[in-house]
Amino acid sequence: MLATLTSRRFLRSALPAISLVMILLPIFYMQPRTMSYFGLNLLLNLAIPIALATMAQMFVLTVNDLDLSIGSYVSLVACIGATWLQQTPLLGVAALLACIVVYGLLGALVHVRNLPSIVVTLGMSFVWLGLAVLLLPTPGGQAPGWIRTVMTLKTPMVPFPILAALLIGVLVHFGLMRSSYGAVLRGAGGNPRAVARAGWSVLRTKVTMYVMAGIFGMLSGLSLVGLTTSADANIALRYTLLSIAGVILGGGEFVGGRVSPIGAVLGTVTLVLAGSFLSFMRISPDWQIGAQGAILIVVLALRALINRRGSTA
Amino acid sequence: MNGLSKGMPRALLEKAWLGSFLAAAAVWAAAMIYSGGQGGGQMLGAALSFSTFFVIVGIGQMLIIATGPGNVDLSIPGTIALAGAIAMKVMDGEDSLIVVGLAASLAAGAAVGAANYGLIRVLRIPPIIATLSSNLLVQSTAIAYGRGLRVKPPPAFADFTTATVFGVPVLALCAVVFAAVMAVVLARTVFGRSVLAIGQNMRAAWLAGVAVDRTRLLTYTLSGLFAGLCGALLAGFSGGSSLDMGMEYLLASIAVVVIGGTSVAGGKANVPGIWGAALFLFLLLTMLNTFGAGAGVRLVMTGLIIIAVITMAGGDKPAR
Repeated sequence: MLATLTSRRFLRSALPAISLVMILLPIFYMQPRTMSYFGLNLLLNLAIPIALATMAQMFVLTVNDLDLSIGSYVSLVACIGATWLQQTPLLGVAALLACIVVYGLLGALVHVRNLPSIVVTLGMSFVWLGLAVLLLPTPGGQAPGWIRTVMTLKTPMVPFPILAALLIGVLVHFGLMRSSYGAVLRGAGGNPRAVARAGWSVLRTKVTMYVMAGIFGMLSGLSLVGLTTSADANIALRYTLLSIAGVILGGGEFVGGRVSPIGAVLGTVTLVLAGSFLSFMRISPDWQIGAQGAILIVVLALRALINRRGSTA
Repeated sequence: MNGLSKGMPRALLEKAWLGSFLAAAAVWAAAMIYSGGQGGGQMLGAALSFSTFFVIVGIGQMLIIATGPGNVDLSIPGTIALAGAIAMKVMDGEDSLIVVGLAASLAAGAAVGAANYGLIRVLRIPPIIATLSSNLLVQSTAIAYGRGLRVKPPPAFADFTTATVFGVPVLALCAVVFAAVMAVVLARTVFGRSVLAIGQNMRAAWLAGVAVDRTRLLTYTLSGLFAGLCGALLAGFSGGSSLDMGMEYLLASIAVVVIGGTSVAGGKANVPGIWGAALFLFLLLTMLNTFGAGAGVRLVMTGLIIIAVITMAGGDKPAR
């Protein structure tokens, strides 16, 4: 029993949960009122769109690519949500579908031409942002009522953000980690040649993952605009780096298709809570983004420690 | 799959950097035709001025990208902001303190770079995440340090950063010399050859006796140093430091390196191409501006061109 509890594998997968508890306990201790339904709702509200964006990033990371455009893509979706989707729903839906198709095409382009995804998505980040600026030059717009209703749902007992985060994590976990095609998808990140030799189309796995990223990025943008009720072109730019950080914090690796959906959700929540943690500690908000950096470094240092111990043992 | 086996022939490599200059010239000519030959010199002067800053950080970014897949410096924006704030605070508007201030900001930049490699090497954190985390920390430091900072640059420093000789910015001339020196360093020194060797195959380079750790440490330190230099100069050029003045350099530094013909797969670097790419990107935006295009169209065009360039150049080996 003790052996399993101290095994490298267990420690690695428990690390995201442990870091979350480490940051949640002091918050509860310093401000017990956050333990209420309302407090948790307030604390974790913004975690939903970030968790969805993190999932999108994770799909791309699974096939050894990196998406530097997810932040501006989420911004664009939020802008579409606050304008077209509200005024002319048909046009809005068509635009969102077109965005997802573009994502799939990007996956195909990266695979067929063997391009570095980091550069292609870097270019796309300018394109998405440009489109968002064209659509909504000044902050404004209004979220459709139905999205706001969903995002302000009063669920019984457990606050909505927690349920939503759990649902996202578990759904993706079963899709990617437990299904047979999920294994193929992850295999395409681990060893594309082997997957190709086994008769699977690597092109198809790449397109699938990019389309999934497009879908989850869209959900992220829509949930964000549901919370903020209006949008602007720069609303989610920081999601790009935050999503990468969340995946890595949750136990994902840059290569080899090693990811953990539930870990990534926990990682995201940890990063989101870092800000509240500082304000409860009465530390100047100047250090808010710095704290996210520090958490990343500390958790990854711990992981390196676990890995090293495991390899010498 | 291997970058070496399909390595571009030298002639093609040279064509790659020529291309970015030709593109820059074409864009300039198009803007000239549209405006009927008005303000062409001014446009070039402005392009040289602004490109200077992109070239300085671009060369640092190039050294890191050339050491192989996954290596990238995302801490440039924070470093620029911090170095700018430090330069302005130390100089305190006094001409006599210019050298001290410049030294302080360079030291800060180099320290950030060295710390980045420390995270990568000691804690085994992937470079993207290591530099991303340190960027967050450095940016926070810059915010806390530079809060309420309203110091103007010393007159002599401001004059130097905005001076021109026959319409050519002095800073741009310095940056041309700087780029030439770095091109020689890359092609002729042990350090330069080591960078390229590591980029082609780190393990092979190590087995061949290349000081891998020292070289990589130096690339990250130099990138930080150049970002520090850029921050100090930018603060002088724009009449004071601001906390978000480094923002656009995060993606732009990568863009100029890639458009300039440096391979993201590593092992292939191109210094002149960075100048061409920086001029091209700036002139492109100016051209779209003269055509009356709004900010949105300019962004979309920039993005599409980056994608078009990389699609045409093709990837012989995916970096990620």
